[in-house]
Amino acid sequence: MPDVRLVNVTKTYGKIVAVDNVSIHVHDKEYFALLGPSGCGKTTLLRLIAGLIKPDKGEIYIGNRLVNDVPPEDRDVGFVFQTFALFPHMDVWDNVIYGPRVKGFDMKKAKRIGHEVLEMVRLHERLDAFPNELSGGMMQRIAVARALAAGAKLLLLDEPLGQLDAKVRNELRYEIRKMTKDLGLTAIHVTHDQAEAMAISDRIAVMKKGKILQVGTPEELYMNPKSIFVAHFIGESNFLEGYVAEINDKTITVELRNGIKVETINKTTEELKKGERVVIALRPETLKVQREIRKGKNAVLGVIERMTFEGTNVRYEIRLENEDLVILTRPSLTGKWYKIGEKVTVSFPSEKAHIFTYPKVGLREELAVE
Amino acid sequence: MPEIIKVLDKLSAKRSLRNTIYLSSIIIFFTLILIPPILGVIMKWGEMEQVLSQPKLMSEALNAIGNSLWVAIFVSVIDLAAGIPMAWLIARGKSKWLNVIDTFVDIPFIVPTATLGYSLLLFWSEDGLSSLFGKSLISPGWLLVILLHFTFSYPVVTRVMVGALLDYKLEYEQASRTLGASPLTAARTVTLPILKPSMIASFILAFARSISETGATMMVAGTAFINGPLFIKKYHDLNQNGPLVFVSFILIVIASLIFITIKLLGPRLKLPVRKVWPNAERKLSSSGVTASRNGLALLIFFALILIPSLFVAFPAFKAIFGGTTLSQALSGSGVWREYWQSIILTYFLGGIVTLINMIIGLPMAIAIARKTFGELPSIILDVLVNIPLVVPSVALGASLSIFWKNFGFLPEMGPLIFAHMAITYPYFVRSMSAAIERINVNLEEAARTLGAKPFAVFRTIVFPLTKYSMLSGAIMVFTRSVSETGATMVVSNLVTAPVLLVNWVKSGVPTTILGLGCGFLILFSFIILLILRLIVRGREVY
Repeated sequence: MPDVRLVNVTKTYGKIVAVDNVSIHVHDKEYFALLGPSGCGKTTLLRLIAGLIKPDKGEIYIGNRLVNDVPPEDRDVGFVFQTFALFPHMDVWDNVIYGPRVKGFDMKKAKRIGHEVLEMVRLHERLDAFPNELSGGMMQRIAVARALAAGAKLLLLDEPLGQLDAKVRNELRYEIRKMTKDLGLTAIHVTHDQAEAMAISDRIAVMKKGKILQVGTPEELYMNPKSIFVAHFIGESNFLEGYVAEINDKTITVELRNGIKVETINKTTEELKKGERVVIALRPETLKVQREIRKGKNAVLGVIERMTFEGTNVRYEIRLENEDLVILTRPSLTGKWYKIGEKVTVSFPSEKAHIFTYPKVGLREELAVE
Repeated sequence: MPEIIKVLDKLSAKRSLRNTIYLSSIIIFFTLILIPPILGVIMKWGEMEQVLSQPKLMSEALNAIGNSLWVAIFVSVIDLAAGIPMAWLIARGKSKWLNVIDTFVDIPFIVPTATLGYSLLLFWSEDGLSSLFGKSLISPGWLLVILLHFTFSYPVVTRVMVGALLDYKLEYEQASRTLGASPLTAARTVTLPILKPSMIASFILAFARSISETGATMMVAGTAFINGPLFIKKYHDLNQNGPLVFVSFILIVIASLIFITIKLLGPRLKLPVRKVWPNAERKLSSSGVTASRNGLALLIFFALILIPSLFVAFPAFKAIFGGTTLSQALSGSGVWREYWQSIILTYFLGGIVTLINMIIGLPMAIAIARKTFGELPSIILDVLVNIPLVVPSVALGASLSIFWKNFGFLPEMGPLIFAHMAITYPYFVRSMSAAIERINVNLEEAARTLGAKPFAVFRTIVFPLTKYSMLSGAIMVFTRSVSETGATMVVSNLVTAPVLLVNWVKSGVPTTILGLGCGFLILFSFIILLILRLIVRGREVY
């Protein structure tokens, strides 16, 4: 059964390091997402696994077999391209049984498989259609069906939902997950959409500039981001800039601009020193907003700078007295909306704050996704 | 902005004026290019009886037509078989040297066909390759004709297929591989079927070049072999219009029918993609077989295309480094006087024809690409415009000469220019209409909504985006005109360089002189193409 192991895999294009010494282990029957901004190397990584390109260094194992020199047709993987790559000169049926045909299955078996997979994606009545007659969602389902018909136990999906409308995308993401789980397949799904990755994956690897920053379940990545980029890329975060004022085993006190001090629990793995420049990351839902002005632990004064009605929620941008901007949403049903210019107190519990050293390249550059 | 452009911009807003321009370009096409050869044939319709009443002449004529057709079809098939592996190697290979080879592929393009014919004649004669074996390997005749036609039509197929492979979306092939297809199966069932339009286009072009070629074929055909163009030339020299019109007419009709058939039925032609032999094809995809295939493709290219094409350079070098041939040539004494005159005439003619075709071809290209007169008229125009491509140029020339003889007041250059225009017209229009079709109509519409008048849209959007295609279309017109031999011979008594070279071969002019004459022609064509190529280098980057 196919688990996938990459050991110190590197791939360069001229001076550009597309994949930089990456090691990951995708377990058998796992739904695994490679998540990152465009150009981070996630598609290159997927193509390396498929055998469409060869690594410069490192080893790739599929089900304990070293496949570095195995051509793509012998890897038993199903690759679903972003553009679907349905053969334009063949109808749906010929596309679907292409795999069994080129693998030399006898026609009886090929036909049985073809009918099975088409049944599975509910496109049996479109056998005779050519790809240009299908909608985006149909093409996507045929692309998956074609990969399954070829007998793939490992499904490699390159932004498979990227070309679809938002509604179709949301429907199909669960459909793909359910299908792979029902069939007991291993799936590696490349996406730049964190919501999509969170919704369908058992585990996610977050990539940036050819490197894997963190691998974990959606909850782990959200609750315990190991880097400022992951905190930003998975879900939403607000950032407060400051310096370490005091540090002991249990807590770290950070002095923000204008002399405001806040406290966090010391659970960081980074080695922080007194006086070091740091960034505190806070999830919007951990922030508490109150009308009354009060002083207290981790309470910072602010002014509502902008308010946007979004339907279910109201979104506020609040300028804090230390000059940082925090963004948060509140259910619109409460009816007690804040007004622009209104003074409020924003506070957070110490244990919910994540603290990181200030990035060398600057905060804006570190968080850039383009 | 100069006043004149403002005026033109303003004028272009008038629909009636625009339609007048499009309509005039269509009328010019019909009156100068399409109708005259047809009328030429009709004028001598009665004389065709000469042929019908003489069984011997009839069988000679049919034999010539048959030879033209089977050579053209056979050579085009061989071109595809040899050209596709070579194109694949160039487009997909990783070696740096492939860039050099890619450039070499164009060499038979640069060498005017008459010169190419002489080069091949030399290469396969006792003075060339055969000297190694003590006897002539291939003497003039059908085999040498086939080799010659293969040499000059191979680059067309290779060039088109390299372009198609580079444009091809690799994902289809990669999808096929991940689904379990070996490289050969993927190529056969996915890549080549998707590239079928390019294969058809390159087949038509190769077929057209083969069926049209006259000058070089005359040099290598010997006495026993005769094909359509040679037959026409023979009876033109004998001043017998009957057989000439008969063969011209049949060749024009058959070539047009073949062209239209391929054009209409080609897209419906199904390549066999359903049957797969996994094990055999896997073995044929092995690195050993692939390396042998690449080796064979290179061997064919060097031994049958490149070296024979350039062989004429050897006597040219001999002439440069020894004897008095070079100084005689440069001083223009003896036969060289006529030579330099012919060179000047050739390039002058090429320049004029290119200019006229650009002016009358551009509105036609736009009308076809933008379907100005509707869907169906645009398809019909597209087919009609391309017909001169496949019509043997000597047949075209023969019927044109009959037609234009009625206009005695025209200077001798007139019919010559018209004949060259007719032959080269499709090259410019094809290239331009394809380029214009590639421009997203939204760009033009965006420019209009921003306030640009139609002429301003052309100046600022269409022209900048298509100027390289315009130039490459012009280059094709120019090189084709410079190379043209068959029609030139029958339409006029003026002697262009290729015609002169054919005459020299026929009259047994010494090889050093011939070699040098060919060498100069190659050199000039090469320099002109190099300059134009440097300008075109950027290609269409959009």
